[in-house]
Amino acid sequence: MTTNPSVGWVDIVVIVGYLLTTGYLGWLGYRGTRTAADFLVGGRSAHPVIMAISYGATFISTAAIVGFGGVAGLFGMSLLWLTFLNIGVGILLAFTVLGEPTRRLGHHLGAHTFPELLGARYQSKGIQVFAGLLIFIFMPLYAAAVMTGGAVFAASEFGVDFEMALLVFALLTAAYVIPGGLKAVMYTDTFQGIVMIVAMIFLLWFTYDSLGGVSEAHQYLTGMADLVPAPLQAMGHQGWTVMPTFGWGAPTYDLWWTVITAIILGVGIGVLAQPQLVVRFMTVRSRRELDRAVPIGALFIMLMTGTPFVVGSLSNAWFAQHGPLLKGQLVKEIDAAKGYALVGLMKEVRPGHWAPVINAKTNQPTLAPMVLSGHETALDSTDKPLNLVSGRAPSVVYAKGDVDQIIPAFITTALPRWFGLVFFLCLLAAAMSTLSSQFHTIGTAAGRDLYERITGRHGTEPSVLVMRIAIMLGLLMSVTISYNVREEYVIARFTAIFFGLCAATFLPAFVGGLYSRRVTRVGALASMFVGLGVSLFWLLLVKSKEAAAIGLVQQVTGGKTSILAGFPNWPMVDPVVVALPLAFLTLILVSAVTKAVDARHLELCFPETSGR
Amino acid sequence: MLGIPDPMVLAAFLGCIAVTAISVIYGVVRRNAAVDEVTREDRAWAIEEKKVEDEL
Repeated sequence: MTTNPSVGWVDIVVIVGYLLTTGYLGWLGYRGTRTAADFLVGGRSAHPVIMAISYGATFISTAAIVGFGGVAGLFGMSLLWLTFLNIGVGILLAFTVLGEPTRRLGHHLGAHTFPELLGARYQSKGIQVFAGLLIFIFMPLYAAAVMTGGAVFAASEFGVDFEMALLVFALLTAAYVIPGGLKAVMYTDTFQGIVMIVAMIFLLWFTYDSLGGVSEAHQYLTGMADLVPAPLQAMGHQGWTVMPTFGWGAPTYDLWWTVITAIILGVGIGVLAQPQLVVRFMTVRSRRELDRAVPIGALFIMLMTGTPFVVGSLSNAWFAQHGPLLKGQLVKEIDAAKGYALVGLMKEVRPGHWAPVINAKTNQPTLAPMVLSGHETALDSTDKPLNLVSGRAPSVVYAKGDVDQIIPAFITTALPRWFGLVFFLCLLAAAMSTLSSQFHTIGTAAGRDLYERITGRHGTEPSVLVMRIAIMLGLLMSVTISYNVREEYVIARFTAIFFGLCAATFLPAFVGGLYSRRVTRVGALASMFVGLGVSLFWLLLVKSKEAAAIGLVQQVTGGKTSILAGFPNWPMVDPVVVALPLAFLTLILVSAVTKAVDARHLELCFPETSGR
Repeated sequence: MLGIPDPMVLAAFLGCIAVTAISVIYGVVRRNAAVDEVTREDRAWAIEEKKVEDEL
């Protein structure tokens, strides 16, 4: 595999140039109209393109590009359902159905944060504090996913250790976020969005072009179905252009439940209750501005998620056709006509002498499905002759089994060196625009939603200090999580966990608060408790990947990775599928039997429809 | 079609394009349909928002 061993002076000049441009745009913004609030104060309208790209850049991060792109490299193009939901739900539904009611309610109630919006709607200090606490505790998990995504690529691109890349990435984030990146200067967000667009268009064009065209690329990938690694086939993986096998009650359906519930539904629905995105609707001038932002928002999201998911999947075809040659010993023929075989990978330990590559996790020789292209005689490490075959493999083999490495491996191997730098800037842009809003949300959650609500002291110096300390703490927590947790597709999993938690905890109370006059304070609080409680229970004790990593379930069950370990598919089901319906049900039932909301307060919330 | 044999994956591929096209059409058709008015309440909200941002 081609690697770029060091950071050259051109890299440094380009990165510094990019950072200076971002800084200059931010500084220009500070001198004049800079944020959405400034536009609104001045009675002016932000250009819909700027508004849409700024929203999109906050929405899309390195997690989507590196994390979910890598997952598509492993599981295939079924992930495009997530792109479909990102556009259909995250843009079309969010902007046209939730955007305007959120904007109006926020302005009527004078709310400036998501917890404050919920707290003011339900006249509940407890709801605001509960939501603020949840954000403060769990948002660093999502920020860690964003940082890991950037650091993984930087480590691969510049040939440095992950730890070093993470440290540099954290310092860059701190340098960007702490002096002023939090202010969501729209021109800076837009510049970052444009960098992302340019990189994605080139990446998509290059990938299809190098594989002979759209249909040809898909066709080749379809033909590779037999090269799906055996453990994935056992879970229901049928190829990169086919959905996993659907059904219930057997391990062969595990992949379907993982992909659909954990990867697609959690994130696809969870976007509606993302605190840092919901507040964006309140900064919009009018319904007209929201309507006008929909087209660019949709195009942006299609490019930002569709490209990595398609490219991630097609990276398998590219590596199988053009990847560096791998060598090893034939273990089993898969399809002799196509030259597909299972090979025990070997490495040259001294000239002409080959030894098996040992898998660090299993301590067994590494096996890889390959497209064979030749064979030769060589010697093993004990000087015995062996028949060495050579060929190419799917991308996960080149990523050494680490799904988060698939996109970095493809970019550094397949694309020209200069593009690696552009892609790094794209990831830097994606990370910065998302991280700034995440840390802004962490800061306001701690200062405005927790400190001010608990102490009753509003807009004071200590409150600002609390916000700054919270941001520093959030940054430290994120870096610590990134540094310590490096497991299977952790970027996508952290993102999915956070999105799922937000959906189950906030979505019923949020949607109910916007559209129903009958939802009560007790109903909202109960639904939030149920959503969070069921999600945490499921993560700790049922969903095997997360539960096993946390470790509590092994103590409870005497070593099993799920309390439902004997029931196939249950340990793969994401919490959101169980917790969200229960939370909605709780909202409806508890609201039905508790005291209705004061009519005067409802008039304040919904003056447009009062008196009807 | 397009080298994708599974109708569900093909539906996702074409669905992404279709939902984007619907979004574009929606935005174009409704570009001037909604009221564009900044109320006194909106402006008061924005002034407070600026204060929050400046504090941070």
